[in-house]
Amino acid sequence: MGTYLQSLVAMVDPYLMQILVNVGIAIVLALGLNVIVGLTGQLSLGHAAFMSIGAFASAMITIKTGLPFSLNLVLTGVVTALVAAIIGFPILRLTGDYLAICTLGFAEIVKVFFLNFEPTNKALGLTVPAAKTMIPMPIYVLLVAIIAIVLVTFVQSSRFGRALKAIREDEIAAEAMGINTTRYKIQAFALGSFMAGVGGGLYAHFLSYINPSDFGFLKSVDILSMVVLGGLGSVPGTVIGSSVLASAPEFLRFMSQYRMLVYGALLVFLMVFRPNGLLGGVNFMDLCLRAIGKKPAGVALKQKK
Amino acid sequence: MFLQQLINGIALGSVYSLIALGYTMVYGIITLINFAHGEIFMVGAFIGLLLVSYFKCNIFVAIIGAMIFCMIMGVLIELIAYRALRKSSRLSALISAIGVSIFLSSLALMVFGADAKGFPDTAFPVNQIHIGDADISTLQILIIGVSAVLMLGLEFIVQKTKIGKAMRATSEDYNTSALMGINVNRVISFTFALGSALAAAGGVLVGVLFNAVSFNMGLMAGLKAFAAAVLGGIGSIPGAMLGGLLLGVSEVFGVAIGYSSYRDAIAFSILVLVLLVKPTGLLGQKITKKV
Repeated sequence: MGTYLQSLVAMVDPYLMQILVNVGIAIVLALGLNVIVGLTGQLSLGHAAFMSIGAFASAMITIKTGLPFSLNLVLTGVVTALVAAIIGFPILRLTGDYLAICTLGFAEIVKVFFLNFEPTNKALGLTVPAAKTMIPMPIYVLLVAIIAIVLVTFVQSSRFGRALKAIREDEIAAEAMGINTTRYKIQAFALGSFMAGVGGGLYAHFLSYINPSDFGFLKSVDILSMVVLGGLGSVPGTVIGSSVLASAPEFLRFMSQYRMLVYGALLVFLMVFRPNGLLGGVNFMDLCLRAIGKKPAGVALKQKK
Repeated sequence: MFLQQLINGIALGSVYSLIALGYTMVYGIITLINFAHGEIFMVGAFIGLLLVSYFKCNIFVAIIGAMIFCMIMGVLIELIAYRALRKSSRLSALISAIGVSIFLSSLALMVFGADAKGFPDTAFPVNQIHIGDADISTLQILIIGVSAVLMLGLEFIVQKTKIGKAMRATSEDYNTSALMGINVNRVISFTFALGSALAAAGGVLVGVLFNAVSFNMGLMAGLKAFAAAVLGGIGSIPGAMLGGLLLGVSEVFGVAIGYSSYRDAIAFSILVLVLLVKPTGLLGQKITKKV
C-alpha cells in the first residue's frame, strides 16, 4: 500500500506537487480561521500563533515519543485547542478591534517565546524528522484537507454552527435567544485553533524545518486574506481563496522581483472590485440543488451586508 | 540610571505616539485599522534620508519635505484603496489596507534595496548634555521637541480650527455630520493627510535615532504604534499620546533590566494585560451596547 501510493505521488511533477501540498495546508489553516472570523465573526489576527504552537508541538512529539503521525496530529490539535481555550477565556470578552489587537499581541508574544525557548533551539529553528506514517506526505495533506472541508461543512449547518452564525449577526440578540455566547465563542476559537494546530503539524513535517520567525504577523495576514478573499463564512469560498493565494506567489514567480508588488496590488484590486470576496454570499448548496433541478433557478442570491 | 532610561524611553515613546496618532485619528473617523500606516512611516524615513543625503538638506527641511510627500501619499492611498470600500464590510477594507502595506514595502525593497541605510553623520550634530547623573543627547532633545511641537499643532488643529471641528463631528457620527453639511470626504482626506504627515515625521526621527532606514522597518513600528493607540483607547487623541509614551518607556525599562530578547513582546504583553482589566483602553470611551 505504502509503496503503491509512493509511486502514485512520484508520477506527479514534484514542483506541482509542492504547490498542491502548500494549497492543502493553506486550506486546513484557512478553514480553521474561517470558523473564527467567518462563522463567529470574531476578528483574529493571530492565527499563525496557533499554527506555530501546533508545528512545534507536533515536531516535539515526533522527536520525543515517535508516535504514529495520525495520533500525533490529533494530540497536536488537542494541545493547540487547549491553549486556545485558555487564552480565549479572558480575551474573547473583548469585542471587535480590541480582540483583533489582543490576538495580534498574543501572536507576537508566542513568536518571541519560541525565539527564546531552549528545547526548540531558540532562533535557530527546529529540524523535524520524517513523519511516522505509511502514507506519503502529499496524500496525507490532501486527505486532511478533505476531512477539514467535510468537518467545517457539517459544523456550519449543525446546531453549533447556527449558534455561531447567530453570534456573528447580533451578539445581544443571540444572547437573548438563550445562546451561551461566551461558551460558543470559546468553542469556536478552540475548533479553529485545533485546525490551525493540525495545519502547523503538517507544515512542520512537510517542510521538515521550522523557525519561529516563519509564524509572524505576515503569516496570520496571509491566512486572513485567504478567508476574506474567498468570502467570509463560505467553505467553497475559503477553499478557492486559499488555493488562489497559496499558489499565487508561484504563478507570479515569472515576474521574479515584482512578485510581492503585484501580490499587494492584487489584494487591493480584488477587494475593491469584490468587497464581499470571490464567493461571498454565495451558497454552494443552493447552487448544487439548483444545478440538479431541486430548486428553482433564478432566485436572487442572498446578499450579505 | 533611572533618569537616563526614562529619557531614552520618552524619546522612543514620543515617536510611537506620533505614529499612533495617525492610527487613532483614522480609526476614530472611519473605524478602519489602517495597516498601511506603518509603511507610510517607512516611506517618510526614506524621503527624509534622500533629502538629507542627496539634496544636502537641513534635517528640519527634510522632516517637512517627508511630511508633505507622505501627506499626498496618504490622501492618494485613501482615494484608491479605501474610498470604494467605505460602505462594504470593515474586513474588506482591512485586507485592502494590508495589500497596500505589502505593495509599499515591496516597492521600497525594489527601489532602495534590502540593506539598511544610515543617515550621514553631518545630518544632525549629536552632543551630550549632562543633567545630574544622566546624559541627554541633542538628538533626543530634537525628537522630543519635534514630537511635542507636532502634537501641540495637532491639538490646535483638532480643537480650534473649523476643519478640526468637522473632524470631531465626523468621528462622533458619520451620517449625521454628512447631513449637517460637512463634506465628509474632505474631512477623511484631511485626516489621512494629517496622520500620514505625523508618521513621516516619526519616520525621519526614528531613522536619525537608530541611524538605520530599511524597507521592513514599518511593520514592527506600525504594530507597536497600533498597540499604543489601542492601549490609550483607540479613537482618543490624548490616549494615543499616553499609550505611545507608556509603551516606549516600558520597553526601554524592560530592555534595561535584561529582557532585551523579549523586547518586542513587552509592548504587547502590557497591551494584553491592560485590555483584560480595561477592555476599551486607558482613555477609551465605554462602548454602550445597543440593541
